[in-house]
Amino acid sequence: MSALPEEKPIAPENLLEVRDLARTFDVSRPWLNRVLEGAPRQTLKAVDGVSFSIARGETLALVGESGCGKSTIARLICGLYAPTRGEVIFDGHDMAKVRSRADMLAFRRRFQMIFQDPYASLNPRWRVGKIIAEPLRQHGLAQTEDEMRARVASLLEDVRLSAQDAEKFPHEFSGGQRQRISIARALSSKPEFLVCDEPTSALDVSVQAQILNLMKDLQREHGLTYLFISHNLAVVSHIANRVGVMYLGRLVEIAPTRTLFTRPLHPYTQMLASAIPDITMSGKARTPVAGEVPNPLDPPSGCAFHPRCPHANERCKAERPEPLPFDGAEVACHAVHERRIPLHAI
Amino acid sequence: MPSPTAPLLEVRNLRVEFNTRRGTLVAVDDVSFDIAPGEVLGVVGESGAGKSITGTAIIGLLEPPGRIAGGEVLLAGQRIDNLPAEGMRRIRGRQIGAIFQDPLTSLNPLYTVGQQIIETIQTHLPLGAAEARTRAVDLLKEVGIPAAERRIDHYPHQFSGGMRQRVVIALALCANPKLIIADEPTTALDVSIQAQIITLLKRLCREHGTAVMLVTHDMGVIAETADRVAVMYAGRLAEIGPVQSVIHDPRHPYTRGLMGSIPAIGAEVERLPQIEGAMPRLNAIPSGCAFNPRCPQAMDRCRRERPDLIQAGATRAACWLHAAEGAAR
Repeated sequence: MSALPEEKPIAPENLLEVRDLARTFDVSRPWLNRVLEGAPRQTLKAVDGVSFSIARGETLALVGESGCGKSTIARLICGLYAPTRGEVIFDGHDMAKVRSRADMLAFRRRFQMIFQDPYASLNPRWRVGKIIAEPLRQHGLAQTEDEMRARVASLLEDVRLSAQDAEKFPHEFSGGQRQRISIARALSSKPEFLVCDEPTSALDVSVQAQILNLMKDLQREHGLTYLFISHNLAVVSHIANRVGVMYLGRLVEIAPTRTLFTRPLHPYTQMLASAIPDITMSGKARTPVAGEVPNPLDPPSGCAFHPRCPHANERCKAERPEPLPFDGAEVACHAVHERRIPLHAI
Repeated sequence: MPSPTAPLLEVRNLRVEFNTRRGTLVAVDDVSFDIAPGEVLGVVGESGAGKSITGTAIIGLLEPPGRIAGGEVLLAGQRIDNLPAEGMRRIRGRQIGAIFQDPLTSLNPLYTVGQQIIETIQTHLPLGAAEARTRAVDLLKEVGIPAAERRIDHYPHQFSGGMRQRVVIALALCANPKLIIADEPTTALDVSIQAQIITLLKRLCREHGTAVMLVTHDMGVIAETADRVAVMYAGRLAEIGPVQSVIHDPRHPYTRGLMGSIPAIGAEVERLPQIEGAMPRLNAIPSGCAFNPRCPQAMDRCRRERPDLIQAGATRAACWLHAAEGAAR
């Protein structure tokens, strides 16, 4: 075993810190097209300088529309992508500096991921018991077959399924039950940190309620820390302690949940909040939402939101705002910090 | 409340069956409702409740082994469920438009959107090529596609998801149908785009007097769009009534559970009220009321007898809890 990677000082209450994280993807045309047609190289900045931290036992949610980079962040944190720039510091260790396979495996055990589609993320040819036991085998967490079986049975009971379900195949379960199996598999290596990428988006509302309740119970029982990625603001407002709002690869606002929903600061957050169809506000007059998310290959200059923003001025077009503290939140908006947005609108 | 005008669409005791090797599955069982001209009827329910199959059966696009095994569908007083395929083809598109969930699969990737819209227009309306193109450009403008004159010659992949769904709406509107069946039209879209599409659908229906059957699992979308709501459970109507009553004063325990389980912003509850269990599979629908194993208020009668829709306050609910109230009327 090699020495653990160098320690990075982070605040003791934080389990994870992400600093200036960025990831670009090369989306150029093939080489021949570039030579023959003179097509330029193109890079897509999926995540562009994002920093945040997650305290132990906390749930941080990232919300945003498709293409805003929230799933890329989940994958960067889990090491499924290598960052182009920036650091992911997990429990004081910079993940990029983990060199040896054994060390990486040791870290991998401590964080797991739950994916959106419970149909695609379970091997249809494996029995549920084998699916859940796989991380145990991978990390050498069970010595004997009996121990393995006992552990699988207790995991199934943790997610409110029965021990007999280990003998079944995934197709014998409904979507909600499959997501429970995914959660059991994620919990099998006794992780501290779960990255949940849209875990309830493919589920019906009544099943979604069951899974959200289960996730909250498990968090309490196992002392878990969650990074919860979703596009659904109502779900996020229910499960998260803090919420970060992303737009075109940048974090535009991050605040405690109640603060964010009672007083959204960034014009994009305000727009999102007013766009959600809400059963309690039936018949309300909507704030018309102008435009669409711009092409991420060619993001607008300055603040990426300025073409859709009612408060944009010359500075917004020229200078990219950085996230700065503002009254209990952090927000990347010139208009907010210059107090150009009238307070009653906030 | 009887509508002053005759209903545009009447569905009477519709039953859809799927014959499989393991026996006959009843996907839609004795479902009846009407839609008035210009009205938006929301149909909600969880996956497998039969809401999409109901829509598909009405437009005659059921894939075998699915078939209408009983009941009738009337459009403006004419039966359409027993028409031959060719006759139904003329009604589909001309009188009933359809919008599906995924705009990418509704469009042919090999033709420009203009070619597809013009073909649809010429199939249903006696217009020449130039007139059809003008109408296509107008339609694209109407659904809010910027620079429609130029965009008409683009292929579907050159449009964003929201813009594609606008093209699909334009396709559905080609022949000025009286009824549009929209199956999860905003589910694949982001919230800000979703809001735009809902606003667009509402505006178009108001302006053209088109009736809409809006099939979705999203109660928020229904609340914003529909005049009346039908809640489906295990192939049957659980409750039907005006949107405000169904949302704020639901009478069927399933509707109550469903409304309660939706997380709301600012509600700050520790746990969401949840309905235990899951909707039964079609091959194992319980006797009596299909909801009885999950129902907190189930009685003996619920396990034995299947309830029909009973008047309960402003809505009608298929629940024995309201038997006394319904009888009193």
